[in-house]
Amino acid sequence: MNQATSHVLPTNPAERRLHNLFGWGLLTPSLILLTLFAFFPMLATLWASFFSRGTARRPSVFNGLDNYRDLVADPAFWQVVGNNLLYAGVTVPVSIALALGMALWANARIGGRGLVRTAFFTPTMLPMIAAANLWLFFYTPGLGLLDHITALFGIGPTNWLGQPGTALWSVMAVTIWKESGFFMIFYLAALQAIPPDLREAARIEGAGRWAYTRRVVLPLLMPTTLFVTINALINSVRLIDHLFILTKGGPDNASKLILYWIWEMAFAYLDQSGAAVMTVMVLAALGLIAALQFLFFDRRIHYR
Amino acid sequence: MNTATINASPITGNNAATTPSAPGERLWNIVDTVGAWSLALVWIAPLLFALWAAFHTSNAALALDWRAPLILQNFRDAWQSAPWLRYFFNTFVLVSLILIGQFTLCTLAGFAFARFQFVGKNLLFVLVLLQLFVLPEILIVENYAMVTRLGMFDTPLGMAVPYMASAFGIFLLRQAFMQIPRELEEAARIEGCGWFGVLWRVYVPAAKPVYLAYALVSVATHWNNFLWPLIVTNSPMTRPLTVGLSLFGAPESGVNISIISAATLVAIAPLMIGFLVFQRQFIQAFLRAGIR
Repeated sequence: MNQATSHVLPTNPAERRLHNLFGWGLLTPSLILLTLFAFFPMLATLWASFFSRGTARRPSVFNGLDNYRDLVADPAFWQVVGNNLLYAGVTVPVSIALALGMALWANARIGGRGLVRTAFFTPTMLPMIAAANLWLFFYTPGLGLLDHITALFGIGPTNWLGQPGTALWSVMAVTIWKESGFFMIFYLAALQAIPPDLREAARIEGAGRWAYTRRVVLPLLMPTTLFVTINALINSVRLIDHLFILTKGGPDNASKLILYWIWEMAFAYLDQSGAAVMTVMVLAALGLIAALQFLFFDRRIHYR
Repeated sequence: MNTATINASPITGNNAATTPSAPGERLWNIVDTVGAWSLALVWIAPLLFALWAAFHTSNAALALDWRAPLILQNFRDAWQSAPWLRYFFNTFVLVSLILIGQFTLCTLAGFAFARFQFVGKNLLFVLVLLQLFVLPEILIVENYAMVTRLGMFDTPLGMAVPYMASAFGIFLLRQAFMQIPRELEEAARIEGCGWFGVLWRVYVPAAKPVYLAYALVSVATHWNNFLWPLIVTNSPMTRPLTVGLSLFGAPESGVNISIISAATLVAIAPLMIGFLVFQRQFIQAFLRAGIR
């Protein structure tokens, strides 16, 4: 929050009144919508999480923390949370590492650089649903492209999406394919902001290509990495569209992620309180990420 | 990372190519080229395969028969099995509604935060930024209840309204407005402009590149959005492309790979063509919007 560039507090009372009037007046439309679709829903979710699941015959009653207790006692909860942690733990670092590699290459002196960049970035512009539609057929047992490839190595058909051991990994592959190019863009910009003299200086000092990358480039990319990591973490909760096409969370919850589970509880099983409890937990986790970022990381990175 | 450096070095910049080539350099150059091209090929392969499959029979596509003849039947079949025109129209309406709402609301709010001192400003700003983390997707259950309560279920407005007051847009425009020199504003005031005149004649035109960047990112995001429209729509009359595509691709409907590929290509074509033509602008937009 950079107060220096906005002007000093008006001293004259009439002007101060004007500022209050205009400030609040201009914000009112946004505040109304933010209240309707962010603040109120957050509080309503918290409130709903303390009530039992209502049915036609049994209205919902206040039952304190029972819902939380039930949820924590549900093995599916731990599985879904575990899945999401694994999903984040794999897709976030892998897509960031790939994005960095892509950016370094897309910034190197190579022929057809524009085409290479386009190839990396194009999946980002697809709807996740379209990406899932395409990948669905790569995973088709026996007939899909993947099995054609594995057959070359003498490996028989694999039911990639249909068995617990591979379903989540198959979903992750699509996510990584879709996300890496997006993060590449931020690295590419950061790389191009590095002054060329640094490379010259490193060369004169006798630093090789690897030393230059590790000692000069990577440290300079740290703010970008933080920014991208936060984005990737939020996306790891949010990106579930492909589940609707690829696995629907199955088999046996093996590929179910938290937001998909919330959707399923609320709209397929009509368990509003279960969905509310899970949402509260997600909000707590996101709040934690936000707090960590505000407290510990340099907030100038993007809230300059 | 600040905007000054970003703006000073557009993505087309070529500052990696300033050093003269040393003997070892050439080897590295080959490694780079081969590596970059291989990864690029792997990355684009799924789309190329879809493109190829869409023009062949499903048998040829599944058997990877490279000599099979090109056919257009898949596109005909795909086009006839769903109201694609309606879906396109719905997506177009959805994206336009969101964009108009975002431009209006975020301009007003951004202006308030950039140029006025009022009671509770900092607290409000933090509250607004909170929405960067609490995305509408997470609150689907209560947002659904709210949209229903407001009588907007299964309407384009119902799909659009949770995204209109975007913290991201407010923040972006606030930043843009804060960088506009006060002198411009003072000159306009002397000419007799009121606050709204100043906003409309000075701030909005000066922030044009930011509006363009924001528009591209917003259109790309909401063109591709799925979960919320899925929840709020109930009929083909309001469904956007993504939801239509998801129903079309459902295994229960028993369509084959070539028809699915054709339908997917049809559905993604407008945004893809737009992206391929205006690539630089798109990439710049994601940068401008993301990095600040």
